[in-house]
Amino acid sequence: MRAAIVVFPGINRERDMAIALERATGHKPRLVWHKETALDGIDLVVLPGGFSHGDYLRCGAMAAQAPIMAAIRTHAERGGHVMGVCNGFQILTEAGLLPGALLRNASLRFLSQDCHLRVERADTAFACHYQSGQVFRAPMAHGDGNYFADDDTLDRLEGEGLVAFRYATPEGTIDRAANLNGSARNIAGIYASNLRVLGLMPHPEDLVDPLMGGTDGKPLFDGLTQALAAA
Amino acid sequence: MAKKINQALAREFGLSADEYQRVLDIMGRTPSLTELGVFSVMWSEHCSYKSSRVWLKTLPTKAPWVIHGPGENAGVVDIGDGMAAVFKMESHNHPSFIEPYQGAATGVGGILRDVFTMGARPVANLNALRFGDPSLPRTKRVVDGVVRGIGGYGNCVGVPTVGGEINFHPSYNGNPLVNAMTVGVLDKTRIFLSAAAGIGNPVVYVGSKTGRDGIHGATMASAEFAADSGEKRPTVQVGDPFVEKLLIEACLELMATDAIVAIQDMGAAGLTSSSVEMAGKGGVGIQLDLDAVPQRETDMTAYEMMLSESQERMLMVLRPDRQDLARAIFDKWDLDFAVIGHITDTGRIVVTHKGITEADIPLDPLAEQAPLYHRPTVETPKPASLGPVADPVGIVPALLKLIGCPDLCSRAWVTNQYDSTVGGQTVKRPGAADAAVVKLDGFNRALAITTDCTPRYVAADPEMGGMQAVAETWRNLTAVGARPLAITDNMNFGNPEKPEIMGQFAAAIRGMSKACIALDYPVVSGNVSLYNETEGKGILPTPAIGGLGVLDDAHDAIGIGLKPGMGLVLIGTIRGHLGQSLWLREIAGQEAGAPPPVDLAAERSIGDFVRGRILAGAVQACHDISDGGLLVAIAEMAMAGNTSVSLEAAPGEIAPHAWWFGEDQGCYIVSVLDPSAFIVEATVADLPTRLIGHTQASGTGGAGLKFKDGATISMQDLRAEHDRFFPEWMN
Amino acid sequence: MKLVVTVMLKAGVLDPQGKAIGQALTGLGFEGVGEVRVGKRIELELAETDPVAAEAAGAEMARKLLANMVIESFKVEVA
Repeated sequence: MRAAIVVFPGINRERDMAIALERATGHKPRLVWHKETALDGIDLVVLPGGFSHGDYLRCGAMAAQAPIMAAIRTHAERGGHVMGVCNGFQILTEAGLLPGALLRNASLRFLSQDCHLRVERADTAFACHYQSGQVFRAPMAHGDGNYFADDDTLDRLEGEGLVAFRYATPEGTIDRAANLNGSARNIAGIYASNLRVLGLMPHPEDLVDPLMGGTDGKPLFDGLTQALAAA
Repeated sequence: MAKKINQALAREFGLSADEYQRVLDIMGRTPSLTELGVFSVMWSEHCSYKSSRVWLKTLPTKAPWVIHGPGENAGVVDIGDGMAAVFKMESHNHPSFIEPYQGAATGVGGILRDVFTMGARPVANLNALRFGDPSLPRTKRVVDGVVRGIGGYGNCVGVPTVGGEINFHPSYNGNPLVNAMTVGVLDKTRIFLSAAAGIGNPVVYVGSKTGRDGIHGATMASAEFAADSGEKRPTVQVGDPFVEKLLIEACLELMATDAIVAIQDMGAAGLTSSSVEMAGKGGVGIQLDLDAVPQRETDMTAYEMMLSESQERMLMVLRPDRQDLARAIFDKWDLDFAVIGHITDTGRIVVTHKGITEADIPLDPLAEQAPLYHRPTVETPKPASLGPVADPVGIVPALLKLIGCPDLCSRAWVTNQYDSTVGGQTVKRPGAADAAVVKLDGFNRALAITTDCTPRYVAADPEMGGMQAVAETWRNLTAVGARPLAITDNMNFGNPEKPEIMGQFAAAIRGMSKACIALDYPVVSGNVSLYNETEGKGILPTPAIGGLGVLDDAHDAIGIGLKPGMGLVLIGTIRGHLGQSLWLREIAGQEAGAPPPVDLAAERSIGDFVRGRILAGAVQACHDISDGGLLVAIAEMAMAGNTSVSLEAAPGEIAPHAWWFGEDQGCYIVSVLDPSAFIVEATVADLPTRLIGHTQASGTGGAGLKFKDGATISMQDLRAEHDRFFPEWMN
Repeated sequence: MKLVVTVMLKAGVLDPQGKAIGQALTGLGFEGVGEVRVGKRIELELAETDPVAAEAAGAEMARKLLANMVIESFKVEVA
């Protein structure tokens, strides 16, 4: 799998993502500056976490207008895989590559703590090393992770099986207490219709090493590496 | 701008009559307004350390692993594998009282610049915070703003905030302390310094534009200075963490080349202190043309530009043949880049603006004749030792009250607002261990970092308190298995013109020095903040210490969380010292007595033994005994590991409350699989130990702590009390 | 020419900040405070001198960047 990480000014989890990808694939991903315009020979494009353009105006709004976005759009239209984590998820919604928007956390405070995610389906390149219904732990670190979409969109996402992960208790219950940022229907991550574009708020890339407290995020990267090996 | 330059104006600028006379002698004429501004900021307490320097000089600053001690932007120590750690702690107390969010945010920004200006990538932030009485609404606003400000800045720049401390005391009601610490790492052969060199080399300004931020308050209050001064002169500096992040990346990118001769961030007193210090350290002169300075506001004067404290700016001396390369990097990151002058051989700083020479000052006398005061000191009287104090409530209620009190309760509400994992190298997050542990990307090696100070001890006995603060950080590092290397100090005290305050300062330094020497743990950087007062009364003297240690292998690091099936052993001697303890304050309602004594020889031998056992893999968890004493430490370990503890009885010769809550120093609790073997080894090394309990799995609703007499406290009750304060207070 | 673009969350999108401000005002003793909504005011200096063209440009800017049409609505005024 050949992976690229897009670097927007103000992004700050590109190194975490590079470490996780390198652990899974055995080689360093390419870092692509936001002013570049081509993504040739890339299987997976990752938009990492951080504060692109300082999160000024709206999180992800200015990055969504970057020169590289046209290439990302083309890559997605060709059926290429795209993953946006945290700020990357916000950029994908701002760019219209995923539906909905990320609003301020309901508590109005930045949330930096571990959460638990329930895998809603395992038949995607991203989740194929998890089981459907499995719960895994991931650190969250965001001020604007409160997923919003109108009811029709939410119904469509659920109807088409496009909800990737939901905030859950460690036992897998979907309830209000587990939904720390107030997201609609506990949604932590969603797919585009072709299941090849994923956006999620928490950071599986920060939990791929027992030394850092666990390997719950590792199956996501191992799964991608295996699924996209032949691509 | 027809401002008369005289002694009265100099006084407004903060210069005494003697100091102004010295200015006249150096200049041989009446200085211009800009020149007076330069003298006043360079000779301010903040830049010149005029009250504290005589004492700071006495601190030990050398060790074989120290690469740069005090005097550079930050201290640098060798951490092995060809790498070095760069670190410093700095205060932003007064700005944080005026505007808590921006004060704290710009404090974080400033200390980050001190570290990356040396070429290091920042890898960890910590914060030592002191606030007033929590029952005051003002305190709540300050805490909320400071926490949001630290998070707002640190989270955005992408440097994990991994630790720190928070205390409350009414002496901080009108003067909170915000001490920010940053640690960075670099290749030890690639350290960047600030001494300018190379006659004719360009002086380059990079970063944000200059506005009228933070120009000295005294001059702003001067009504005749400018009729429309009100709106044009904000005192509060506003931080822009996005620009800071770009500045970090751009500077590190440039530092990978050979373009930089010298570099210095523009901190307090901005362009003045950076240019004066760079030229002064290099023994050269500097010519600045202010017309070239990137400006955010119109009609700025030379005085304003030289004194502006706009954030996120750096000054560099470049190789002339690398100027285009450097410009291209800053263009890429959308940052201002302007050549604003050059290095000269005159030994003077010459500032021109619109064709007029606004300042022309010889640099040597500006530095060498800076005021230096041997201020009178009065020793703090030794406190009377505390007599026996009866236990008014019993052990269980006292524990529940203590672990829920503002000084000891869970900090999760605070730390959950700080990104502690960005970078992917955080081995021990806040609350998981006595010190934060951050791995070096690409190496097995890890840094252990902590901050500590117990101001109530320092107030009661400044020398012992200073010693304790240093020893406690050394203990925190030891408890995770790290080899302590060096400290940074942030000396927060009251008005130095009061002999009793200066006496506290001098004695605290004396105590710190003794501890540094005994523990082979020198001071490599630091900062002094004086005139911290609430309603004319000094704050509790607070020499906040930031300690740094190293683990050769990050896998050796341990935390405080217990696992089942272990024996708990106390190593060190508990005599039941209740003087100045939290039990005494929170349960008996007294702030009295002497602080617990520190025995530096015992400290060293016990700490070295504990570290050896941790590195041998024999210790599952370790926690030092500090605020709240033995039982609070055990409760913290039980909660952190969600494991219950059956306790042995207190020894008969010590009153139970003194045993459980005394704050004796130099003690650790270790959780070990084979307590007998540990005790035998300690006994062979002639160190005092005692078996204090065993651990068991904690079922749902099960006991957290079980006492020998049958009393129990459930894990649920412990947590409920521990977790309550911050969320209830803030929501 | 100066333009003022006001960006507000659409009706129906939860505004936790507005809610918190409403609660705080009630807590301070201000009675009868109903729904509170928080928005953004963006002031732009344009070289354009024709108000109609300026407004059109402002609307385009709002649709493209200043507002997120999924959650926000906007209003453009010539100041």
